[in-house]
Amino acid sequence: MTATLSKVDRGPAQEAGPRPPRRYRLSNLDAKVSPYLFVAPFFVLFGAIGLFPLLYTAYVSLFDWEVGADEPLFIGLENYRTLFEDDQFWNALFNTFSIFLLSSVPQIIVAVVIAALLNANLRARTGWRMGVLLPYVASLVALTIIFGSLFGPQYGLVNDVLGLFGISPIDWQASTFGSHVAIASMVNWRWTGYNALIILAAMQAIPRDVYEAALVDGASALRRFFSITLPMLKPTLIFVIVTSTIGGLQIFTEPKLFEPAGGSGGGSEHQYQTVVLYLYQSAFQGLDLGYASAIAWVLFLVVIGVAVLNFFLTRRAVR
Amino acid sequence: MMKRPSFAIYGILAAFVLGSAFPFYWSFLVASRDNSVLTGDFTLVPGGNFWTNASRVFDTVPFWKALGNSFIVSGTVTFSVVLLSTLAGFAFAKLKFRGRGVLFLFVVATLAVPTQLGIIPLYMAMAEFGWAGELEAVIVPNLVTAFGVFWMRQYLVDAIPDELVEAARMDGCSLWRAFWHVALPAARPAAAMLGVFTFMQSWNDFLWPLVVLNADNPTLQVALEKLQSGYYVDYSLVLAGTTLATVPVLIVFLVLGRQIVAGVMQGAVKG
Repeated sequence: MTATLSKVDRGPAQEAGPRPPRRYRLSNLDAKVSPYLFVAPFFVLFGAIGLFPLLYTAYVSLFDWEVGADEPLFIGLENYRTLFEDDQFWNALFNTFSIFLLSSVPQIIVAVVIAALLNANLRARTGWRMGVLLPYVASLVALTIIFGSLFGPQYGLVNDVLGLFGISPIDWQASTFGSHVAIASMVNWRWTGYNALIILAAMQAIPRDVYEAALVDGASALRRFFSITLPMLKPTLIFVIVTSTIGGLQIFTEPKLFEPAGGSGGGSEHQYQTVVLYLYQSAFQGLDLGYASAIAWVLFLVVIGVAVLNFFLTRRAVR
Repeated sequence: MMKRPSFAIYGILAAFVLGSAFPFYWSFLVASRDNSVLTGDFTLVPGGNFWTNASRVFDTVPFWKALGNSFIVSGTVTFSVVLLSTLAGFAFAKLKFRGRGVLFLFVVATLAVPTQLGIIPLYMAMAEFGWAGELEAVIVPNLVTAFGVFWMRQYLVDAIPDELVEAARMDGCSLWRAFWHVALPAARPAAAMLGVFTFMQSWNDFLWPLVVLNADNPTLQVALEKLQSGYYVDYSLVLAGTTLATVPVLIVFLVLGRQIVAGVMQGAVKG
């Protein structure tokens, strides 16, 4: 740091005398233009690869646009009309929300508990934190394949363990609820520890003297948790809930790969087909780009809508 | 001094961590035996078949090519995201220019936008450019993220004193040189974390690579999918593949775990 600074300092010392006016003008131009040049790569690229495709999706959704067909045919809102009468779409939307709720609700509760435990004065703090974060580095594809084997209907370990408790085997792939639980458990496994660390960071930012005051007033540990910790965590919980909403509603990898050798994924009766999976299948297996774009655009609005709704609801609920 | 927590707390945490590690171990366990571990002879002791199964993986999919591809893709994407985010983040944090507030608001607003849903036009564009099946197709759409800019800006606001940039300017240092000699060194810790997260995200990306890449030139995740999608699933083969694919990230985690933990926790406070 010091080395770089002295290097910078040496510059003008070498040029004796007053600076030429041209140089001022240049420097003025530099101050005016450079900031825009610095942010330009981001905006140009983000516009080209992020925003433009999203907007163009809306355009494509107004056409009967098949891969390999000669000329896309403008059909207005026809794709949307079909979509709203499409049972498979509603089913996929239901599955997405069902899996999302089964994953996010228990996940956040457990994450808060784990965070509270990690917030104790532990030995080998960093070791515990790393242990909790371990699933976060797993690749989603590898994880899904591994969980697929654990939840196998015939020889899966989960059914073996349930058998020890006298519970008869569950067909995790064939049943709607069973498959949702299995997929949600993958999501939970991967993200609970991550969210616990985020919540832990927020817990540690709560000033100590608030607790000390409560202690003096004789508040119990449970009372302190519900009256101080939880309300102070509000912004962080909103952050966690909104992020998991945005990710959760776009779930794809898990339903795609849950059933081994399962053809196109989503289950034989579409029992765990999600919206993004349906989008993928419509576009790249059904080759109907217009219809798939309509799915994408509706999901886009749903994601934004739910994220905003979430934001307001959680702001009220977690007070 | 706070009192040390009870054994119960350690017990619950230990159970949670064991549960976190178990699927990894399970993957290795099945990969090191044969399928009999699934069909009844349950055991937790690894067998000696791992290398046999691993070599079957190499015969079935172009594993090494996939590994190399994943490194090329994730490395390039990480380099670009970190550099361009630091550049824009520096401008937003320390330079004054007209429209700065509005533009930054735009960055924050796009944080929540699910850009993944734009894959259909992206797919058309890649077909148009002749990039389908090529690595460019998975690199170019990931060269910048709004999160990266946001993250670097939040860090640099506090990390560089305003006087430092001013002083560099007074000395006739161009803004570009100020970026290079003042901002970049100061940004190093946050840039390193952004790099680790971007790399992992890119490494694990699946939907888009599955759309544009094929079985001959895959990334690691796409190769794993091909391994699994046969008519009959041979778990000791497939889980040997997932084990092999997990080893690099586990090594990264063991080396950088401390920093990754710090990064996750810092992100929470900053965000």
